[in-house]
Amino acid sequence: MPRPHYQSKLLSLTASALLLFTLASCSDHQNNVRLGNLSGTLHWGNSTEPQSLDPHIATGVPEHHIISALMEGLIHKDGETLEPRPGVAKSWDISEDGRVYTFYLRENARWSNGDPHNAHDYVWSWWRALQPALGNLYAYMYFPIENAKAYYEGEISDFDQVGVKAIDDFTLQVRLANPTPYFLQLLDHYSLFPVHRATVEKFGTADQRGTRWTYEGNMVGNGAFQLKEWKINRRITVERNPYYWGADNVGLNQVVFYPTENVATEERMFRAGQLHYSGVPSDKIATYREANNPALRIQPYLGIYFYRFNLATPQLQDKRVRRALAMTINRNQLVTQILKGGQIPAYAITPPGTMGYYPESDLKFDPQAARQLMAEAGYPNGEGFPTTEILYNTSEGHRKIAVAIQQMWKKYLNIDVTLLNQEWKVFLDTVSNRHYKMARAGWIGDYVDPNNFLDMFLCNGGNNRTGWCNPEYDRLILDAAPTAKSHAERLTIFAQAEKMLLADMPVIPIYVYTSNNLVHPSVKNFGRNILNQANYREMYLEPDAQGELQQ
Amino acid sequence: MIRFAINRLLQAIPVLLVVISMTFLLVHSAPGGPFSADKAVPPEVARALEAQYQLDQPLWQQYISYLGDVITGDFGPSFKYPGRTVNELIAAGFPVTAELALYAMLVALVIGIGAGVVAAMRPNTMQDYIPMSAAMLGICMPSFLLGPILVLIFGIHLEWLPISGWGDIPGDKILPAITLGTGYAAYIARLSRGGMLEVLSQDYIRTARAKGLSESLIITKHALRGGLIPVVAFLGPAFAGLLGGSFVVETIFQIPGLGRFYVASAFNRDYTMILGMTIFFATLIILFNLLSDLLALQLNPKLRQQARGDH
Repeated sequence: MPRPHYQSKLLSLTASALLLFTLASCSDHQNNVRLGNLSGTLHWGNSTEPQSLDPHIATGVPEHHIISALMEGLIHKDGETLEPRPGVAKSWDISEDGRVYTFYLRENARWSNGDPHNAHDYVWSWWRALQPALGNLYAYMYFPIENAKAYYEGEISDFDQVGVKAIDDFTLQVRLANPTPYFLQLLDHYSLFPVHRATVEKFGTADQRGTRWTYEGNMVGNGAFQLKEWKINRRITVERNPYYWGADNVGLNQVVFYPTENVATEERMFRAGQLHYSGVPSDKIATYREANNPALRIQPYLGIYFYRFNLATPQLQDKRVRRALAMTINRNQLVTQILKGGQIPAYAITPPGTMGYYPESDLKFDPQAARQLMAEAGYPNGEGFPTTEILYNTSEGHRKIAVAIQQMWKKYLNIDVTLLNQEWKVFLDTVSNRHYKMARAGWIGDYVDPNNFLDMFLCNGGNNRTGWCNPEYDRLILDAAPTAKSHAERLTIFAQAEKMLLADMPVIPIYVYTSNNLVHPSVKNFGRNILNQANYREMYLEPDAQGELQQ
Repeated sequence: MIRFAINRLLQAIPVLLVVISMTFLLVHSAPGGPFSADKAVPPEVARALEAQYQLDQPLWQQYISYLGDVITGDFGPSFKYPGRTVNELIAAGFPVTAELALYAMLVALVIGIGAGVVAAMRPNTMQDYIPMSAAMLGICMPSFLLGPILVLIFGIHLEWLPISGWGDIPGDKILPAITLGTGYAAYIARLSRGGMLEVLSQDYIRTARAKGLSESLIITKHALRGGLIPVVAFLGPAFAGLLGGSFVVETIFQIPGLGRFYVASAFNRDYTMILGMTIFFATLIILFNLLSDLLALQLNPKLRQQARGDH
């Protein structure tokens, strides 16, 4: 009697499922870290699919990681100290007035296809980066260069007037509008990296957004690595660039970037030996710290978490109220009991130690003085203070902080605050249109200089969003600081400006960020710096590292 | 049957048109645009970007030109990923999502039908209660819980199976398929138990038993065909659900499928991507429902007659 159709199908399905299981259980499955240590391949949890690898279009940390492996600028920053180090430029001179920089380029610098790489590449690339049609959100990084802003905004149309010139093939001269102490740092930002003209033009016009020149098989760069494969949402692999001028000193053969998206997944991949580097979910930091796990790296990060006040809100127009609110947030408690990631309580907007700058701040946790200020402002014991709303973008972390602050204000000032969360894009819309009362904010520095934090609050600064405006503050930041005679004088001017800002308190500084990551012990020369910049050209892997971590 | 299929396909056209129009209106009325960012976007850039993606044109004009493109099968460029087209992103992610859905379906069918049949053979005994309680647990256990639990047990502690990727390491498809399939296995178990119970009480089964056929032969040869009709009817919607609902599993296991793009596109306000994916999934759902109806017709002569009578 023939076997019934259904029975045979059912049997074969069950059998194949069982077989699949057995096979998988028997094979010792691949451990990326162990194999990577042998082959010199670094496996990097890179949090998201990069939007673009075009240095003049990309924004964001994951993009930055990949681009910094594929390309480089005139200088590098030291992995630890962030001091400028020679990149494509082997040396440079700065004129006495600090306005003219002359870069001497390496004659052995090459593009990853072997083409010669010289000063003309920079002139063309920087011209390209300043084309508005390209939609470069980092165009402002060029504005210290003479006439770059005027050219970008269409006030002048002749690029020859912009302060960048190739004196000869290997000498590049850059004229600045004002002495800019942080200019060298900007050169290591991807927005000022050069691009390979022939490749860009092969796939479209120079100012065309989103051509395919950065894709697998197309991209030509000048960095320590070159693009090997780009599998959408799966991984991006870069391999050693043999034409790189410093190829002999590059310690890794490959870096594989994974668009992990979810930090919990990423951390599990790290624990399973699939990644050398990953983020760590904030609720797990405490566990890692208690176990003294050597993989956990906590370091200060050049970023500030703060609340904005919308100065159009009637009850928030009195600066005594704003100061009272700022004085009744117990930052130590927030940091140690809620955040638990080594964050530093902040009493000023610029993170302390930024280029040797330590903001002076008279802000401290002082509920008694705060109650006094509220009484003077007409709200003794919080009476008559209208219910005010804190807006934050939907996230468990922001919610916890808002809830804690809500309770602190109730406890110390006896005022009622409600909480409102909005999805990210809605939140951005609400804040930039100033339809909020108080809103959570964060700012991460692009370069290490107080200017990067303080110019946020210029009267018509696009990122001000509070309605606060002080012409004297603008004068200090825009006129006085750029023309300061010395570094010390410049810092004094910033300190003066920041004091003004804090006296009016249109924002409440809350804490200085830390970057929290897991780094496998086999990764050497990882480098720690406050920009959390990865220096792939200097890292190497120790093949003997056991790869066993405390769980 | 062919006329039935053609009719259903014709009915799908207005449905799709409504889906496109509604989605188009909704995405454009959602606050926040595709290019808004934490850092203020300079007006020059905003203008350039809007012009490039025709967002500076009146909405109806955008709608008409979008419809024109969609008819030719072109979903346009992604706003979030400059240089990538929506078609390209769907083509990259869909095979993975489809494969995952297929394996999950296999897991669901094997476990689900197995458990359902076993339970139906001795209703209201332990042989019924145990698999059915397990099924209840399966329905209640969300994949975002089951996934990490499986990862912790089989991936990290026992080190038996890989916990991430898709087709990179042997065995990396097992845990995601089980995680995604379990919930459906539970449904299928309940459906097949119900179907089998109904069939097993029919006269022809009693006849078969009276003739002295063995129980296993009765089940496999005579009862399954009728008992599985509810399962077959469920297959279409289930497969569509598996395709569209794999986001969580894709995120947990780092799978480069479509689900992650679909959800991210909404958060990014990637208008063309949201629209493209919605239309794509709507079409798939319509097709799978049709297929499963056709299959049910094939299996069930009663329905076949009804369909003939109707049309």
